[in-house]
Order: sequence, then structure tokens, then C-alpha cells
Amino acid sequence: MNLHGVMAIYRFEMSRTRRTLIQSIVAPVITTSLYFIVFGAAIGSRIQEVGGVSYGAFIVPGLIMLNLLTNSISNASFGIYFPKFVGTVYELLSAPVSTFEVVLGYVGAAATKSIMLGFIILATAALFIDLQIAHPIIMLAFIVLTALSFSLLGFILGIWADNFEKLSVVPMLVITPLVFLGGSFYSTEMLPPFWQTVSLMNPVLYLVSGLRWSFYEIAEVNVWVSLGSVLLFLFICFSIVVWMFKTGYKLRS
Amino acid sequence: MHAVDEPILRVSNLSKTYAGGFEALKDISLEIQKGEIIALLGPNGAGKTTLISAICGIVRPSSGQVTVAGFDIGRDYRKTRALIGLVPQELTTDSFESVYNTVAFSRGLFGRAPNHTHLEKVLKDLSLWDKKDNKIITLSGGMKRRVLIAKALAHEPRVLFLDEPTAGVDVSLRKDMWKIVKELRESGVTIILTTHYIEEAEEIADRVGVINNGEIILIESKTALMQKLGKKQLILDLSKSLSALPAAINHYDLAISEDGMKLTYTFETQSERIGITALLDDLKAANIQFRDLNTTQSSLEEIFVNLVDESSGKNSAIVNGAAAE
Repeated sequence: MNLHGVMAIYRFEMSRTRRTLIQSIVAPVITTSLYFIVFGAAIGSRIQEVGGVSYGAFIVPGLIMLNLLTNSISNASFGIYFPKFVGTVYELLSAPVSTFEVVLGYVGAAATKSIMLGFIILATAALFIDLQIAHPIIMLAFIVLTALSFSLLGFILGIWADNFEKLSVVPMLVITPLVFLGGSFYSTEMLPPFWQTVSLMNPVLYLVSGLRWSFYEIAEVNVWVSLGSVLLFLFICFSIVVWMFKTGYKLRS
Repeated sequence: MHAVDEPILRVSNLSKTYAGGFEALKDISLEIQKGEIIALLGPNGAGKTTLISAICGIVRPSSGQVTVAGFDIGRDYRKTRALIGLVPQELTTDSFESVYNTVAFSRGLFGRAPNHTHLEKVLKDLSLWDKKDNKIITLSGGMKRRVLIAKALAHEPRVLFLDEPTAGVDVSLRKDMWKIVKELRESGVTIILTTHYIEEAEEIADRVGVINNGEIILIESKTALMQKLGKKQLILDLSKSLSALPAAINHYDLAISEDGMKLTYTFETQSERIGITALLDDLKAANIQFRDLNTTQSSLEEIFVNLVDESSGKNSAIVNGAAAE
């Protein structure tokens, strides 16, 4: 295994984060703080407890998931798209690195950044609410698996995209709506029965629900179903990436 | 174990047809020995970059085989790619990264452990050491080209591909590049370069390959090529103007200038009998006197243009035509 190659990609991607510290870390923290001020303090103070948890605390897992998903996708998609865009991808294609190693480097770095961000948001949340985590290991598993699987999805998008518009279309038009409609800021029990059933078709619901269970032991769906879903999604994304490298899809002519 | 004389690079019947049906490479075969400098010449779109890209793993060959130091580029891609360095044609760099970091990245990517001493040497050899902390975006085009070379050399490759390394580079920098290439060869690195500048091939290459329409028209040692395909001309400045060639010398391949004051005799350098002595005797017999004489030899550029035109089915008399001007 080309461990030096993996580490080179990983370090290179992480150094990009250091160069773009405001965009990568500071901006999501400020956005999250605004969510707490608006939803948690201003609106949340007029909303009753949800499942026995204050509204401010209820939205924490949803906020973490929102940031994990969007940042995993944008970090990983940009990480592989940018070398394609500027042409430096030639080096990656001519290097003695396997598909697995390339994915490990890029997706590992993107997931690391997202996980770090997840914990920063968790720490930010602790400034606004009295935070309780019932199952820290399960919480960690959800954060890590979600970051990995959505970084893989971002990697796929980065390979697929041949312009910046395509790069942003999926996070903007697919992921963000799914997160907002996936019970991030409400319980599906608040919805009419028809929309409760429709919500079950939203994969993000399973992630938010699983993560929320790890905090407060309240969930829309069984936690193991949630964990199984994220593992299945991880497998599907990894299979697509392997296929892309094997066929050279949008990488090798 | 590989035989001692195993070529460092062997390309056998390599073809590449793109999805649209365009045949970029047609049954290319060539062998390159360790330590050689080979220049691949060819017009735009001839297939030079595709050939390099196929060997380096950037383009998937449609058929054929490539081995580097005896290892197949498909089966043993880790071994072959670790042996190869590539300097691409385009100035593709990580604009916001520092020179040192981008070169260190390349070394790691190609599976080598960090080695500050080697990177320092590479950067110093390329006059980049004092710019090691500069962001690449702040460098001039020539300096960026050097960074690309440094990146390609970071993992100590044994075969270096330079795809038009001096395109858009000023004369002074171009000469520096030639010096670097020669030094690399002395350290045992095999170099394959593509170029549009014939003088570059003439200056540094041991062998010259000419590609056109995806085919290798020839690959020959530079000296042999010049001798084999080069034509010489004997130019005579006449004492008196000639309006027409006398019948006694009409059988020679002679051209007469418009003012009738110059006779040009074109001959093959490889011919057993080049006929100069006989021509001079016949001129004397015909009472044609000359004040001065000189000879010229066709350049690699003329040979190249002639070859490409011949392979494209055009008029092959360019060398002669050019000489008569």
C-alpha cells in the first residue's frame, strides 16, 4: 500500500482547510450560532418541549447533521473537482496510487474536516443549551459514518461535475431540502399522517433520527435501521467510486 | 531478473482510438535504452501527447503493450509509475500552494518517504530554492515550468517525460533547461521529450522520432538522420552570368539563379559518388568559371518538414525547393 501517497493527499487537502479557515470553520460556526439565536432562543422559547426535550436542544442533532452533510459533500467534491478544473489531476492519474488509496486520502481529509466541524458545532451548541449525550459512542459512529458516506457522495459529484454549477446543484437542490424536510428542526409527529409517510422516504430522516437518539433516546425510526441505512449508503457510494476509477469515468479518456 | 540490455521503455503495437472514433495512435512500436535522450517531433495533433499520456497512465490504450524496465504499465502500474516522472505541456499548478509543499506533495504521492535533502537539491538545481516559500501563483511562467520539472523529479524517477518543456519559455531559460536535461542524463535518467523546436532536438537529443497522424514515421539517431536524410548543396558564384545551362552539364541536378550568377548543385550526403569532382571538371570543360563556392547542409527542421509532408502525401521536394530559393 502506498501510505506515503495517501498521507500526501490527506495532508495536502488538510492544508487547504488551513488556508481557507474562515470559509471552512468560522462560517459554519457563525451560521450555527445564528440558528440557535433565531430557532433556539427567539422562536424556540415559544415552542413547547419536543419529546421531552427543549426545542433548542432538540435541533442540535439536526444542525450537526445539516453541517456534516453539506460540508462533507462540498469538501470532497471540491477536493477532486479542483485538480480536474486546473489540470493537476494528471499527477494523480500518473501516480502509483490505487483507487482505494486516492479515496482514502481525499475522502479521509474531507470526512476529518466534517467531523471536526461537527464537534465544533457541538461545542458551540453547549454555549447556548444544557447539552446531554446519552450514547456518546453511537453519536460518534453516526457522525463518522455520515461524514464518510457523504464525503464519498461529494467525491462522486466532484468526478461527475464538469462545471461549477453542477458542483453546487446537488448540495443546493437536493441535500439542503432533504435536510430541512428530514426532521432537523421538527418531529415528523408534528406533520399530518400523509406527510409522515412521505418523510420516511427521505434518507436524511434516518440520519437525523439516529443521531438524535444517541443524544436524547428519542427517534422517528429504530436506531439500528438508521445505522443500517447509513452503512448501506456508504457501501453504495464506495461501489460507485470503485466503478468510476475502474472505467476511468470522466477521469481517463 | 531482466536482461542487462532490456530497454528501459518498450512500446509494442500501441494504438489508441478515442470514443468518437479518432485514431490518435496507430500501432506504435519503439524501444528506448537507459540514459538516452529522445526527442519526439511532430505537428500539432500528431499524437505525441497521447503517446506520453498512454505510457504514464493518463490515457487508456486501446491495444498494445508498454513496459518500463521490464514491468507492464497495466499489471505492474505501481512499479512503472514510480519510475516515471512527467512534466506536462500545460502550466498546471496548485496556484495557492507554496513551491516546497507542492514538490513535497509530489514526492509523497509517488510513494517516496519525505527527504528534505533531495528536495533541497532539486529546488537548488532548478534555481527555485529562494522561492521555496512563495505561492506558485506569484511566479512567472518560466518559474512555474521549473516547478513542474521539480515536481516530476521529486520522487527520483528513472524515466522523465517532458511534454514541450520549453514552450513559451525565453531563450535564456530554454538554454538553462537544456543544461538541466543534459545533467539529468548524466545521472542516468532517460529522457523523452516532445518539442516543436527542432533546434531543441538538434541540441540535446541522441535520437529523434517523428510522429505524424498517430504513426511513427521514423526513429533514428540524430547524427544518422542528418547523414541519411540530410542533403548538401554546393553553391557556385559564377564569374559571368549564364542565361541557360550548357548541354554538357545538363545531366546534373543544377539550379540556376534568376540573375544567372549562381549555380546550385544538390546532392545526397550518403551517395557513394556525389559527383562534385566530375561537375567541376565538366564546368571547366564548358569554360564556366566561378569566383567562389560554398556548401550548405539541410537542417533537422528541413528534414522534419520533408518527412511530415511526405507522410501526409504532399510534395516531397521541399528540401530541393528550399535550396533553390
